[in-house]
Amino acid sequence: MSATLTKTGFTQDAFDAFMSTRNEPAWLSDLRRDSWSRFTEMAMPSSRDEEWMRTDIRLFKLDKYSLAADAVEVSLPQALLATGVELGGRGVSIDSRSVESQLSEKWSSRGVLFGSLDTMLVEHGDLLRPYLERHLVSPSYDKIAALNAACWSGGNLLFVPKGVRVDEPLHSLSVMSDGGTDLGKTLVVLEEGAEATLLSETASSEPDGGGLHCGSIELIVERGARLRYVNLQNWGSGVWHFAHQMAHVGANANLQWTIGALGSRLAKVNQHVALIGQDAEAQVNGVMFTQGKQHLCYNTYQHHQAEYCQSDLLYKAALQDQSRTVWRGMIKVDEGAQRTNAYQRNDNLMLSTTARADSIPGLEIEADDVRCTHGSTSGRVDDHQLFYAMTRGYTRKEAVRMIVSGFFQQVFDRITIESVREALGEAIGRRVRDIEE
Amino acid sequence: MVETLKITDLHVAVEGKPILHGVNLTINRGETHALMGPNGSGKSTLGNAVMGHPSYEVTGGSIELNGENILAWDATQRSRAGIFMAFQRPMAIPGVKMAEFLRHATTNVRNPDRKEGEELIPMRQFRKELTEKMGQLRMDPEFARRYVNDGFSGGEMKRAEILQMAMLRPKFAILDETDSGLDVDAVKLASESIAEIGGDQMGILIITHHDKLLERNAPDFTHVMLGGKLVETGGVELAHELYTEGYDRIRAAYPEAAAAGEAMTEASAV
Repeated sequence: MSATLTKTGFTQDAFDAFMSTRNEPAWLSDLRRDSWSRFTEMAMPSSRDEEWMRTDIRLFKLDKYSLAADAVEVSLPQALLATGVELGGRGVSIDSRSVESQLSEKWSSRGVLFGSLDTMLVEHGDLLRPYLERHLVSPSYDKIAALNAACWSGGNLLFVPKGVRVDEPLHSLSVMSDGGTDLGKTLVVLEEGAEATLLSETASSEPDGGGLHCGSIELIVERGARLRYVNLQNWGSGVWHFAHQMAHVGANANLQWTIGALGSRLAKVNQHVALIGQDAEAQVNGVMFTQGKQHLCYNTYQHHQAEYCQSDLLYKAALQDQSRTVWRGMIKVDEGAQRTNAYQRNDNLMLSTTARADSIPGLEIEADDVRCTHGSTSGRVDDHQLFYAMTRGYTRKEAVRMIVSGFFQQVFDRITIESVREALGEAIGRRVRDIEE
Repeated sequence: MVETLKITDLHVAVEGKPILHGVNLTINRGETHALMGPNGSGKSTLGNAVMGHPSYEVTGGSIELNGENILAWDATQRSRAGIFMAFQRPMAIPGVKMAEFLRHATTNVRNPDRKEGEELIPMRQFRKELTEKMGQLRMDPEFARRYVNDGFSGGEMKRAEILQMAMLRPKFAILDETDSGLDVDAVKLASESIAEIGGDQMGILIITHHDKLLERNAPDFTHVMLGGKLVETGGVELAHELYTEGYDRIRAAYPEAAAAGEAMTEASAV
């Protein structure tokens, strides 16, 4: 089968060949074809679009990448988030092809589903169809969303039935070969009162590997459910990373969503949390460390649709070399979402004079009884702090490392999963070199 | 052989502005020296220059530790060689707990050849020692979990600096107005603690305006700085005189230095 799939870019022929390999329910094929036609109709985003004004992708050539190329053998990079953790299940994919998937019997016997989304859809299509058809990520949002909706493969599914509390974290590792394409899609559904922790990370087979990630993440946290979701982006330094991510948090449900953004050449991510039921709560944590000429752009959106909901977002970025981050945050409060309590904050620590951080908070409030606050800071590692630490026996480099880790402590303090705090702390510590004047 | 910190004809400028105009001072390990002088006379500058602060440019003279010129050393090397300064306004390091900070610092200073990434002092041993020292300084154990100098009151900062000195066990210590901002009891504690660490184990330079800290740490020598120079040296009686009488006699006796001092104060006020 795969012999028919050659590197031809994202052409009609390539799409048709891709479709011929899928053994999927008709409703899904229709959805893909529909999305494909949107993809072909839409233009690539450009700096004329407000969201893309600060993110230049003129050097990105979509045709350099291709759909479902032949499987490549790669050595797997080490997973960072799973160290020392007793896992309830794990999955590994390469170039959005599932190569390994396990779930302990303890959980599968209770109706938990965890594994590759495309396989799961074949087996549990009827169960999953309504969730997919909610289109948390709209296929018509932009060309990137349409491409993922049409051509996603592999992917991750976690489904936890009503009232089941999965107390062992689940882990997924998505690996990309050098020059490869990852069109993964993640769907997490926690039914009423369910609980789970999903640790997912993405990495390249080579630290300086290139490639394309065009992904989507959909998190559905139903009434009274609790989800902790961690998403560590650690692609190689040549990867283009485009992602649409959206969560629906229901009444009395709770979502803790932690993003680690370390890798890629350029990232453009839309992270959207919608609080759709009364008393829903969401905490969003972002940890970013950039270096070289990396450009990481995160558009966050906290959408309050119901009364008495809380959202609390903290993004912290440390920037080295000539790297750049863009954070655009929006708190949107609908007219009916009275008694909203929403917070957003972005702090940036500059480790060189040539790095640049754009921080653009925003509020759009239609209700009149709300508490919404936002803030942002940008600062440099202070010479006096460095000197002080050096008079206490620290080398300059140790001092920089310590100050950077102190900077992130506030966000680490919020993350309730120890292995995640440690992995992020260590990954950042390894990257810190010295500040540049 | 007695270990010695020897400052010879030291000239220091900050942002191109000369502050010290030839300071000579020799401190032997085991001696206590008091350094007094009006505000802006260059006392803290001397301390910062000895520690190797990059903003304090040494334009002449030398600083020697046991005969070796240390001017080319950075602050890390100097601290690992056993030179310490308790700062007037120590920097806050948000997000870094005192205990964590000090464990790393203590390890580095006690093992000057330690390379980054090598083992730290065992946690148990460190905790025990830290708790003991904090007890002596009557510090709440909670203090160890607070972020370094972050939101500390003036008194807490000073106590934390003394705690650091106690843990690092330096050979030479400069205490820059460690007594200001402390109430009488706290000064007493700090003095006791300095004595406890072993005033006789350290060469101490106490920069102060008061004679309180000197009560329990009687200086072997008192130096007066004026206009960036040490103009007079005496015994403990000189410290008492300056505290009670002020600097009028000194200014009158050294008009040149007094004029230089006024020029410096005016320049810094501009």
